[in-house]
This record gives sequence, structure tokens and C-alpha cells, in this order.
Amino acid sequence: MSRSDDWQAKAAHIRHLLSTESETIHENTGHMNSERYRAIEGFDYDALRDEARAIKEDAIARLPELIEQVKASVEENGGTVYVADDAADANRYVEDVMADRDAETLVKSKSMTTEELDLNDHLGEAGYDVFETDLGEFVIQVAEEAPSHIVGPGLHKSSEEIADLFNAHFDPDEDLATAQDLTRFARDYLGERIREADVGMTGANFVVAESGTIALVTNEGNARKCAVTPDTHVAVAGVEKILPTVADLQPFSQIIAKAATGQDVPQYFSLLTPPVDSPTLDFDEPDVPITEQSGGGVGRDGGGSDDRDFHLVLVDNGRFAMREDDELRETLYCIRCGACANSCSNFQHVGGHAFGGETYTGGIATGWETGVHGLDSAGEFNDLCTGCTRCVDACPVNIDIPWINTVVRDRLNRDEAPSEFDFLVEGLTPDEEPGGLDPQKRLFGNVDTLAKLGSATAPVSNWVARTRPARLLMDRVAGVDPRRDLPAFRRDTLRKWAADRETIAPADAERQVVLYPDLYTNYVQVERGKAAVRVLEALGCAVRVPDIPASGRAPLSQGMVSTARERAEAVSEALAPHLDAGRDVVVVEPSDAALFRREYERLLPDEEFDRIAGNSYEILEYVYGLLENGADADALAAGEGQSVSYHSHCQQRTMDLAVYTEAVLSDREFDVRTSDQECCGMAGSFGYKSQYYELSVSVGAELADQFADAERVVASGTSCMEQLDDLLGPTRHPVELLDPAAE
Amino acid sequence: MATSLTRFEDALVDHDCDVTRTSVAEFDGALADAVREPAVGVALDDQDLSLPAAVETDPTPAQLQAAASGVTPVAFAVADHGTVAIPSTATAVEPVSLYPDRHVAVVREAQVVPDTDAAFDELGPVLAGERDSVIMATGPSATGDMGALVQGVHGPSEVHVVVVESEVTQS
Repeated sequence: MSRSDDWQAKAAHIRHLLSTESETIHENTGHMNSERYRAIEGFDYDALRDEARAIKEDAIARLPELIEQVKASVEENGGTVYVADDAADANRYVEDVMADRDAETLVKSKSMTTEELDLNDHLGEAGYDVFETDLGEFVIQVAEEAPSHIVGPGLHKSSEEIADLFNAHFDPDEDLATAQDLTRFARDYLGERIREADVGMTGANFVVAESGTIALVTNEGNARKCAVTPDTHVAVAGVEKILPTVADLQPFSQIIAKAATGQDVPQYFSLLTPPVDSPTLDFDEPDVPITEQSGGGVGRDGGGSDDRDFHLVLVDNGRFAMREDDELRETLYCIRCGACANSCSNFQHVGGHAFGGETYTGGIATGWETGVHGLDSAGEFNDLCTGCTRCVDACPVNIDIPWINTVVRDRLNRDEAPSEFDFLVEGLTPDEEPGGLDPQKRLFGNVDTLAKLGSATAPVSNWVARTRPARLLMDRVAGVDPRRDLPAFRRDTLRKWAADRETIAPADAERQVVLYPDLYTNYVQVERGKAAVRVLEALGCAVRVPDIPASGRAPLSQGMVSTARERAEAVSEALAPHLDAGRDVVVVEPSDAALFRREYERLLPDEEFDRIAGNSYEILEYVYGLLENGADADALAAGEGQSVSYHSHCQQRTMDLAVYTEAVLSDREFDVRTSDQECCGMAGSFGYKSQYYELSVSVGAELADQFADAERVVASGTSCMEQLDDLLGPTRHPVELLDPAAE
Repeated sequence: MATSLTRFEDALVDHDCDVTRTSVAEFDGALADAVREPAVGVALDDQDLSLPAAVETDPTPAQLQAAASGVTPVAFAVADHGTVAIPSTATAVEPVSLYPDRHVAVVREAQVVPDTDAAFDELGPVLAGERDSVIMATGPSATGDMGALVQGVHGPSEVHVVVVESEVTQS
């Protein structure tokens, strides 16, 4: 297939999901997302996640030693530990346990790791009956589908769809209709399976090295039943689940349910140190008191019911290699709460059947899939991460999920075979990337060059770009969707305007400001740049708009890390004399402000990063600071009670910068309403790409709905402005509202 | 302690549990009100409190399966979240608290610890020292997997906590 065919196939798949699973997924993930916000409100989430993160870092660093300790602890307790190298090894071991116990049936509680292993298929082929007892997994098993979410494997299905499925599959005496009916039916059906089962299998959210305890976080009670009813318990867990001590469980016990579903605590936090003391339940001997049944525990020693057999299968399957990989290692800190999926606008609209690989779903899935199934599986969905960073705020162990996505994208780029169209973009694109890079990525990664060219030849370049033949070529070569309006490049750039005008800044200005002429403000959204200069000057700053190269945001978003690094170094060099002179760097485009303060840490030496991050400010953040330090607010335009609907930029929100815009606008008597949508769906190039255009518009439409009755809409990011321009009409940057020269 | 107890009761209600506060003297009546028959249970191992004859304390699997209520003691309870700590014991506290539709948990006031820190002070020796097992249970079993929140899945749909106050001593 050509790339163009790939794009069309992907667009068709997404279109299908948007018209089928999207509504239910959106309702469920949106609910969990808002419940998470509710649960962590007034709670020191950040302190707890720092603690959780530190414990995970330590545990993964000491993993080989901790595995030995787990083995010793579990064996002391009377159980067995098996460390499986890969899926085949783990599956073989479980099959051997089944054979040794003369077992025929196995009941399971939810375990993503066994999904990763394809254990059910393996046991099924070996002739064993396997039943999923978590209701979501049960639905998926009956439907013969793949999980669509790490926590809620069946959350793409509505009650009606599940009812249709069950009515067709089980043909119950009376048709099932409501969630209550379905739950009762599943409880009865699976209750019988559990009572008959020979072996119970669970996963493990955590494994404690010092005691051999496994911790299970569940709500339904099926893990309790699976673990306690049959005489044989097999727990399967990735090696990364090990924590050193019982005390280390504490922060996770407080954070995991909040992050996952917005519950303060789960219904059941099961802390099992198997083999457990509870007597086994033999429903084949229904009238023999439990405590007198074979293996009953009363009067026996305290080391667990003698009849019980416990196996802990610890799975490597690529995890030790991830541990050696400086970029993927963080993935192993993941506690699989699904918050990265719930907080992701794209995920909310398409779910894990698009935003997922062979097993795992959501933002962190890129790390997991690369590690356990390989790059190709990650490549299926990695581009759905737009780098909006909303998951960074949500993740309970502070994993830089967008960075993992960027790095994997970079590795995928380097794996690409050359394209027939390379020659068309090669000459235009002075990047640091190898030949063969997807021309779509190369085009958007080099948008700075295009902007310069487009501006130099504007307005003709804009006219040409908008012609039908040009749009068709762009669509075919670079997958630029013809339905999306292109940005109009301006010949009169911000830098030209600034150079041509006489500065009105006082010579004795207290603050010397470098306004960073980001690509979009300089070439496209020039008015917001002019407004920013006038606002800063009105507050007593001397403002320069020097020639500083493009930030590297565009190539970074395409996974072109070397190019982004080269750009970062050039920016650092160009900013150096200004920083030496004690000037503040003020940035209008929030994605660049975020870059200076966040991603540059990955691209620049520590000292250079610290200096840039420490001296750069988002424009309204800086204005807020000036006003707090006594600048005269009356020098700015006032709102006189005018209502304004504000969409803050995703990366700006993650940096906790949105509050400054709200505060300044409120101060200046604007009646501000802020959207609660995580991201506008445009995300730089994402909304231009033909395979993602419809998804982008679907996400944007949700935001547009929130603002349907808005008198005036402002947005901080170029992308958000473009998206809202397309959906609602002209949108401005908040700084334009404060412009003293505004009409 | 009274503050902890009130917080415990409030948290139980927040997590959809029923709660009765009673005294040693009035325990039998309070328990009878909380229990639905047929009932199974685990002896309380408490010199002041005992279960009535109507609660079968050495149940068979058939009785466990048929029971409407399961009455158990707890290892301890946590005020902050209304959590009861269910120990895995040879006397079958775990299955008795799990299989019947209604779990009636008997909690002595002195067993209520204030918060998660205190809970982990209890759990450390139990898990790492004794190598025992505990279920930290908060509210009835629940699922959203069928499209709406439903209480009562594989575990109980109702949890009723009977809190027995310590005797007031005059000083």
C-alpha cells in the first residue's frame, strides 16, 4: 500500500469508530476523567505521586535483587515462584500447573498481563475451559473482541449492546435489558463457573518482596472469589509489579483508585499472602462444613491451609530490556490506572480500538507495546498522541508519556522505507532526519521553512496553496486534508513591524523584554504579537523582537528528535546574549512557552535549559507578574463586564499557566468562562492530516458546543485558534483584549 | 476516639453502607435487626459478644451459598474511608463476608483506627510478620461494566456495620 492508501485506510477505521464506539467511550472515559478531578481536589495528589514515583524508581533499579527476595518470601510461605522469559514460557508453565492439578477449568479475574500473553487462547487450544469473571472482561470474551481500555476492557459497549450480545449468546428465559439484569445474570452464570473451577487465576497490581503479598485492586469481588474458592491459585504479574515493602504499598493504596476511576479507595484492596488461611470451598461436597472439608484450616498450622497450592508467575517478556532502555524505562513505573487514556481528548473520541496496540491502550500503551510486542505494534497508533501533555498531569507516577511517544515516533521514523515522493520535500526540508522519513512528518516537521517561504511570497503563496491542484497534490504527497483551511502567511511579519516602528519604551524601563517571535506569531497570527508588544510597553517594559530561530516544536511533534535538538541549540545560542544582559523572554505561543520550560530539558544541557526555563514566561503569566509588582493595570484595555469564553491551551494547562490569563482578564473586568475540555483536537499538524481530520473535528466540535452561545471566544494557542476559527468563526488571543490600541 | 467513630460512621454512609452504633448490652438486638435469614457467620471471639443460634457458625458450602447474610468479626477498621479489614482465617471469615448478599461486620470501637497511616501500622506486622492476608473492604461490591453503576456483583450488595461502643468508664 502506498502512504496515501494507508492514510485513507486509517481515516476509514477512525470514521467507523466515530460512528460506532465513540459515543459510549466518550461517556465512560469522560465520566472517569471528571471523577478523577473530583477525587483529587483538596488532596495532595502531587506529594503522593512524587512518593509513588520514587518507590517505583527504586524498585525497578533493584529489580533483580527484589525478584530473589520475592522468591524466597513466597517459598517460605509455601508457594512457588516462576520467572517466565516470555509469553510462551509463561503459558507453558500455567498449562503445566493445570495438568499437575488434574484441572479442567480455570476462572480468571482481570489481568492485562494475561491478555499480553494470549493465555486464554493458549489454554483453550490445550483443551481447558477458561472463564473471565470480571464483568468487562466477560463481555469482551463473549463478544470475542479485544479490550478497548486498560481498566474497563468493555467500556465501548453500552448496556443495550451488552444486552443484545447476551440475549443472542445465552438465550436466557427472559430477555435481559438493564445493567441490573445483566449484572445479575453474569453474577449467577459466573458464580457457578467459580464454584466448579479447579484453578483460580488473578493478576497482581503489586507484589511485595518482603512478605510475598500480592495486592489486588478490584470492585466486583471476583478476584476475591477466584483466589479463595478453588484450592489452586495462580497469580500472573509483570516483573515490574514488585515493591520492596508493605509500607511501600501505602501511597499506591491511596492513589490508584483516584487515578483510575475517581474513587477515594477501591471497594476491595486485597492483600493476599498466599497460600491463604481460608479453607477452600468444595461445592461438590455441599453438606460437609467448610472447616471440616479436605484441607480445612481449623487446627492446622498457621502457614496457610495445607491443601492450597499457590503459584506466582512473574513475566519478563521484554521488561528487562525496557529496564535497560533509558527512554522506555519509565513505562515500567506504570500502575495501569488508565488515567492517561481518560484524560486524552483523542482517546475519549476513538477509544482503544484505534488508540491501542495488540494489548495495551491509551498514551502509555506506546511504551508497553514497544517493549513487549515491538515497534510495529506501537506504530499502529502512536501518532494519535498529539503531545498535548494532559496525561502528564493525570499520571499518578509522573511518567512523561508524551516523551515516550515522541521517542518511539523517532524510532519509527528511522525505520521507514524511502518514499516515491521524497524528492518533492527533500529540498524544502533542512532537517537532521534520515531519508525515507514519512513526507507528511517531514512537511509538518519543517513548517518553519515553509512559513518563511510562504511569507516571502505572500499573498501569492497563499493563493497558490489554496488552489485545487495544489490541495490535491498536498493531499496525495503529504496527506494534508483538503477540507482544512490552510494558515495564511503574512508578508508583513511581526519582526518587520517591530523593526519599522519607533519604540515608545522608556529608556529607564524597569524590565527589558525579549518577545520571542515564534513561528505562528511572526508569520501568521501577527496581530496577537503586536498586541503583546503594546501591552508590555504600556506596562513599562522595553521590548525587543530579535531574530531567534524556530523553537523545534514542529519537528519534535513529528518525532524528529535530532532536528528538534538542533533547533533548541540554535535558540539557546540566539537567546544567550539576551539572557546575559538580564532580559526576560516572553512567549506568546503556549506550545513554545511549554517547550522552553519542559521539553528543552530533554534537548539541551542542564545549565542551558535551567537558564532558559528560569527566565521565560508565557505572555499573560508575565503580565500578571507585572501587575502584581505594581504596574498600572489601567494602562490596559478594560472589559467593562463583557463576557469572554476562553479555551486555554493544553500544554499551557499542564504547566499550570492558564490561571494567569483568567486572573488578568477578570482583573480587567472581563467576565471569563473557561472551557473544561482537555484539548481542542487540532494539536499543531494533527488536524491537518487527512487520516486524522475527522477525529480532530470531532474533538473540536465538542469544544465548539461548549462555546455555542459565546459572545466572544479567545484562545491562547495557534492551533486552538485555527480549530475554533474553522468551527466558530474568528477567534482572538486573550492579549488582544488587553491591547491599549485596540478599538 | 469519639471523633474517629463519628468519622467512621459518616464514611460508611458515604460509601453506601448501613451502620448501627450500639453497646454491649444492646448488641443482640442491634445484630438481630441487621441480620437477614438464613444467616451464616463466624464466631466473634469476644468475651462480651456472641452470635445468636440463628446464625450458623460452621456452615457448609450449601449453607454459605444459600445465606442471605454473613456475620463476621473484622481485624480492624479505618475511620477515614469507612473501611473494614477482613482477615483470611481458618474460620472462614473471608468466604462468609464474601458469598452472602449482605455482609454484617461487627466492629468494636477500639478496633477503629483513624486513617491510612494507622492502617498501615496494623498491616505491616500482619502481612510481613505473620504472613497473613487481609481484604481492605469499603462498601458493597460494585461494577460499571454493564453500562451503569450496579451494586452487588460477585460480592455482597449490602454491607451493614454494627459498631459496638466501648463501655464508658467514669474517671
